[in-house]
Amino acid sequence: MTQNIPRKTVETILLDHGSGGLASQELISTLFLKHLGNTILSALEDSAVMDNQLGRLAFTTDSYVVDPIFFPGGDIGTLAVHGTINDLAMRGARPLCLSLGLILEEGLPLADLERIIISIRDASLSSGVPIVTGDTKVVPRGKADKIFINTSGIGLVAEGVEISATRAQAGDKIILSGSMGDHGITIMTRRAGIALAGDLRSDSMALHTMVQRLLAGLQPGSIHTLRDPTRGGVATSLCEIAGSSGLMIEIEEKCIPVRPEVRAACEILGLDPLYLANEGKCLALVAPDIADQALALMRSCPEGAEAAIIGTVTSGGRSSSVHGASDTGPSLAVATGRVVLKTTIGGTRVITPLHGAPLPRIC
Amino acid sequence: MKYVDEFRDPELTAHLLHELTAATTRPFRVMEVCGTHTMAIFRSGLRGLLPPEIELISGPGCPVCVTSASHIDAFLQMAELPGTHLAVFGDLFRVPGSNGTTLAHARARGAKIDVVYSAMDGLELARRNPDEQVIFPGIGFETTTPGIGATILAAGQQNIDNFMVFSTHKTMIPPLMALLGDPALAIEGLLCPGHVSSIIGAAAYQPLAEQNHLACVVSGFEPTDILQALILMARQIGEGRSEVENAYTRAVTWEGNGRARAMVATIFEPVDMEWRGLGTIAGSGLAIKKEYGGFDAQSRLSITVPESKEPPGCLCGQILKGITAPPSCPLFGRRCTPSSPIGPCMVSSEGTCSAWFTYGNETR
Repeated sequence: MTQNIPRKTVETILLDHGSGGLASQELISTLFLKHLGNTILSALEDSAVMDNQLGRLAFTTDSYVVDPIFFPGGDIGTLAVHGTINDLAMRGARPLCLSLGLILEEGLPLADLERIIISIRDASLSSGVPIVTGDTKVVPRGKADKIFINTSGIGLVAEGVEISATRAQAGDKIILSGSMGDHGITIMTRRAGIALAGDLRSDSMALHTMVQRLLAGLQPGSIHTLRDPTRGGVATSLCEIAGSSGLMIEIEEKCIPVRPEVRAACEILGLDPLYLANEGKCLALVAPDIADQALALMRSCPEGAEAAIIGTVTSGGRSSSVHGASDTGPSLAVATGRVVLKTTIGGTRVITPLHGAPLPRIC
Repeated sequence: MKYVDEFRDPELTAHLLHELTAATTRPFRVMEVCGTHTMAIFRSGLRGLLPPEIELISGPGCPVCVTSASHIDAFLQMAELPGTHLAVFGDLFRVPGSNGTTLAHARARGAKIDVVYSAMDGLELARRNPDEQVIFPGIGFETTTPGIGATILAAGQQNIDNFMVFSTHKTMIPPLMALLGDPALAIEGLLCPGHVSSIIGAAAYQPLAEQNHLACVVSGFEPTDILQALILMARQIGEGRSEVENAYTRAVTWEGNGRARAMVATIFEPVDMEWRGLGTIAGSGLAIKKEYGGFDAQSRLSITVPESKEPPGCLCGQILKGITAPPSCPLFGRRCTPSSPIGPCMVSSEGTCSAWFTYGNETR
């Protein structure tokens, strides 16, 4: 006969875990090194020293504060790895290593932290980008929301690779690597506690392998611009590209992949998927003569299986203002460059960047 | 997607546009009453495809936009009372009150305010937080009111007494009567709001059509719905008729939803109501009846609604009346943008100014 053993109280993060003392060391060895350890990180030096890397370095940083911290398709840990890797990849860099900074709220269940660390390990292992340095701080309850993560990343940019929003050229084809809005709508519906039928999942995914395959398989210099349309969505990223290059962009609504569940949720909540965040998609602006080849290459990668050409960069940009309000005052409208959408029914509308947070409408 | 794609079919759209062009024999002005229509017309790109003879004017049918600055001030007052927790519709969050303060500012200063998707979410918030007074600022027309009414009934049945509604609910016909009395508006057709009509019924527009010699057509919100409604309207105008027609029969009946109206009548009673830009219109609002006074935030918390002060230079009032188009406002696109709105028409995604700003005006 088995005896009922009283359950141990839930172990949580205490302020002690951030003290730098024994509790910190225990957390580092029993949790962080257990899951993330490698020769550089496990040395526990004050900074990671990398072997001499010849070439140009790409360096980026991003902070992750998503709420909820767990969601279908990923969690804050997968985002922190994939997001920073993708920022490196969008300049054509091959990611080498990441840093991991954690700000933990006192009272965070240790089990939640371990689950996140395991996600970070899995994402780091599957993308082949190690965590080489890290830091943890604990703040009193209420001074942070459960867990905040910062990751920085270093990558290597090969000779001849020049990818930037300023390099977009008239005639470029615009490829979107898959369906848009999956991450944004998943978080919004979770946050609001809305249970919608259908399989809404974040698209959190690292894109550097696909980007390296594109760079290897296409004529050098033919990929002009790469952008991951995260917050602000495809609309805002395209506006940024149009703004940086001073060119005009035309996209076709019927060509833009959106999963039916995402579309349905957007219809119900009054949201536009063009403005929803993505965490595993990229926009690629490529020379027109290799566009089909680039599309085929992308589609041959699992990350880009649903890629589609969604539009074209046209000349004739440098329009002074979308709203004709620039004559007498500082217009806040897009100063240069513009994005125009051809709608399903054959009409056109101007796409502007996201203003404020997307809010659901009342009716 | 079923029930959506068939109403955005490009071939059908082209066919309907052809028919509309044939039916349009002379120029005419149409008011689309509802903010959702304004947005749908812009978003689908329909505005640039219509025959040039048809002039579309946006009406007062955006519930956030017509919420007076004084009511926003009252919501802010409640948010800053100790122990209160506001549950609000998302697009109310950034609407400025008399001195430019919004609920977003109040929350940043420490007020408890949550964005909810329905009043029932507010009731749930009250159930989970029995030590707080949860207040739902009730805004919206006949479409929204039944849901709020049902929530008040549910609160009563579940004995949740820390849930309250501050009603600024409005009805659609009185302001239209008032607006149409102004000859400056000179409209010949009214694109009647589909969602509101599903409650009040197409018959509700009969007096408007008769008294103002107006072609009234109830319309759905997809591009082909709107085109079908405009075809019926163009034919009426061409033939000199002024009738009520229903082009949204899959959702709207002649009589409307009597059960929803009866429920609203149980809880609410007509009251004079202040509209942003339109002033106070007799019998155009709904107040919570004495029997349900326990759920009435205004009386329970003794909130006095201050006098409205409109932001200087803001033309939202004129825009809501259909007299002025957004680009004519000196603030539009300069000091007033969706990021930092001055008037309410720029805040709501259904607002006329927001629609013009977001989707541009060069297509027409």
